Amino acid sequence: MSQLVSLLQAAITFGTVIMFGALGEVVTEKSGNLNLGTPGIMYLGGIAALAGAFFYESGVENPSAVVGVLIALVCCVAASALGGLIYAFLTVTLRANQNVTGLTLTIFGSGVANFFGGSMNKLAGGVGQISVATTSGGFRATLPLAKLGTAGSILFNHGFLVYTAIALAVVLHLMLGRTRVGLNLRTVGESPATADATGINVTRYKYTATCVGAVITGLGGMFYVMDYIKGTWANDGAIESLGWLALALVIFAAWKPLNTIWGAYLFGILYWLYYYISGLTRYSQELFKMLPYVVTIVVLVMTSMRKKRENLGPAALGQNYFREER
Amino acid sequence: MAETPVIELQNVTKTFGYVVANSEVSMDIRQGEILAVLGENGSGKTTLMNMIAGIYFPDSGHIRVRGKEVSIASPRDAFDLGIGMIHQHFKLVDVFSAAENIMLGLDGGMLLDRKGVAAKIREICDKYGFEVDPDQKVYDMSVSQKQTLEIVKVLYRGVDILILDEPTAVLTPQETDNLFAVLRNMKADGKSVVIITHKLHEVMSVSDRVAVLRKGKYIGDVSTKDTNPQALTNMMVGRTVELNIERPDPVNPQPRLVVEHLSCTSPAGVQVLKDVSFTAYSGEILGVAGISGCGQKELLEAIAGLQPVTAGSSVRYFPEGQAEEQLVGCSPRKIKDMGVHLSFVPEDRLGMGLVGSMGIPDNMMLRSYSEGHSIFAGHKKPNQMAKEVVDELGVVTSSMNAPVRKMSGGNVQKVLVGREIALSPSVLMAAYAVRGLDINTSYTIYHLLNEEKRQGVSVIYVGEDLDVLLALCDRILVLCAGQINGILDGRTATKEQVGLLMTSLQEKEGD
Repeated sequence: MSQLVSLLQAAITFGTVIMFGALGEVVTEKSGNLNLGTPGIMYLGGIAALAGAFFYESGVENPSAVVGVLIALVCCVAASALGGLIYAFLTVTLRANQNVTGLTLTIFGSGVANFFGGSMNKLAGGVGQISVATTSGGFRATLPLAKLGTAGSILFNHGFLVYTAIALAVVLHLMLGRTRVGLNLRTVGESPATADATGINVTRYKYTATCVGAVITGLGGMFYVMDYIKGTWANDGAIESLGWLALALVIFAAWKPLNTIWGAYLFGILYWLYYYISGLTRYSQELFKMLPYVVTIVVLVMTSMRKKRENLGPAALGQNYFREER
Repeated sequence: MAETPVIELQNVTKTFGYVVANSEVSMDIRQGEILAVLGENGSGKTTLMNMIAGIYFPDSGHIRVRGKEVSIASPRDAFDLGIGMIHQHFKLVDVFSAAENIMLGLDGGMLLDRKGVAAKIREICDKYGFEVDPDQKVYDMSVSQKQTLEIVKVLYRGVDILILDEPTAVLTPQETDNLFAVLRNMKADGKSVVIITHKLHEVMSVSDRVAVLRKGKYIGDVSTKDTNPQALTNMMVGRTVELNIERPDPVNPQPRLVVEHLSCTSPAGVQVLKDVSFTAYSGEILGVAGISGCGQKELLEAIAGLQPVTAGSSVRYFPEGQAEEQLVGCSPRKIKDMGVHLSFVPEDRLGMGLVGSMGIPDNMMLRSYSEGHSIFAGHKKPNQMAKEVVDELGVVTSSMNAPVRKMSGGNVQKVLVGREIALSPSVLMAAYAVRGLDINTSYTIYHLLNEEKRQGVSVIYVGEDLDVLLALCDRILVLCAGQINGILDGRTATKEQVGLLMTSLQEKEGD
């Protein structure tokens, strides 16, 4: 029983990282921009939050958790928005190839993050010595409800970002389906020429969606740093692999925000399953770690066999728009 | 000319690279009229109207709307001025419902008011006589329903100047009549309607006034009631076009292609071709007539090896002086390797025939890359072939290597047809080879087909225009619901006969 509880807890924490990543990417892709820079943006968000908290905590006598959290948030939002802005400028204004730009952004983000992560390690006195305990504690503060037995420890034993992610998914669902902005955004992703012909400012929507999407994605990076690894830095490439998993989750969820909620937790369960199955060797573990990807492929095959148009991605995904081109 | 025209263009010029699309055009659109803008392909009709609709911005010149000088920088500006345009390629989102497509881009509250929109759609539909289901998804709609939706969409935005770019190109005669009835309703309501077309009988039946463009220049306008098709054609082309298509007698016809019991089932399980049997002879043009979607495409694709056929189908090919070959079961590539030259002008000229982002020589090479033994593909021959096609058919392009997708529709078609003919096939199948082409180019194509015929090629020509089929073809095969409904002699058949065979399936005698 306690094994199951801890698996579910791990799955929820893990799932939250990729849920942020996937939600951000859904917003971005709804505007027709395929941002493969998701891992890079998660890196940027994570390192900026860590740096902000690190310098705050080392510069102040008695750091407060609330201020630390706020500083981390602001830094994370600014850095990830900048990542989105770079992508939008290159693909929307300069019409660079989206795939190449996204991949470059991933390399750029991981380079920047690992450079500053390494530097901060040095400042802190050695590898793994960075600690932003107060801020990280603020991120991981739980409600008293967490003490309510098994259900409490599964459902409520998490920091506020876990619930923010779920709320965000619901908000995005309503935004895309019920609001004018959502309808216009979907139009831009489906058919920018149509959007343009009806007077929707395609460039503005693409820029806004990409930057807002990047901010949401960046929150995933921050959550990873502050909550998942409890406020430190590791140059192990883990954020990158989570970023790719977030991209897989977008496809798995058929670009629907609500689906990312259970999809993310399912991925979390599948990802951590190997840890809770006894008798696995280091080699057979790897087979189990493939599960989230295998499931994504199976889902892809199933949805393409059913050929339901609504389950496919935005029709103009990956294509840059230029009005006077025929 | 007492009242101010709703739109006035003055010396409007637009160029794309070296190609002048419109040069110093001055014209006007009046309140409550249906104006037909007539011109050959590439005469700049669409470009001109796109400038009014805010898609393109003129290089120079003035546009005045209701007497006031305006600058229309985006479609949004055009809507604000009450101008809406229905493009040839519909600007609709497939996965959205009709109501969602109408709502998009509109100002209003943050939340979508689906009920209110649906009610207003119904109101517009009742007023002008449309039928639109607000909840129907666009991907479930027929072409004519999509067009109706486009019109409702602009009317919803309170447009009173409506521009339609070749609206009837995709409609059946029945749907065209419905559309024209709606346009007349709109005119009666005081709206101005502009229809871009090159079909003369439509101009005569629906318009009040005709404005003619030729090679980007404005030629003039006439009242429809004061003119006739011949006069309009003269204005359009600048000289009298010989309206007779020549039809040389077939010389020594030999069976070239014997099709027997050809049947085909679509992926959806519908039988699209049913027991089709006919013989195509060398040195003749066999016309294929039928309402669109009656198996024309499947017939040609089945022969070319692109369409799986059901058991019992047989397509025997008799090359000159060689043993017969069975084409059923061969891959398209193998059909070519066996020495069987089937040239195919697909219905969708860019979709299947050409690669949009490549230039003319590269597109020529698509057919010839496997020739020769070198591992490198030669550029010399494709370049020469491209030059010949451009010169012979008068293709207008900014440069030989400019991507073909940037050329106008008619020019794209010329490149495609020219390439297929330049390969000197022994059976030439052409579907809708003149679709979207102007009269002059159409005649060039007819002439080329006749040239092929004289050289003993068996030509199978799928066409839409019955007059052309009757004037060009030696025999006319009529398809109806995937079956052969009769084969007529092109020299003696009448339009009524063909029309009847197209629309009503005859009872099969014997079996």
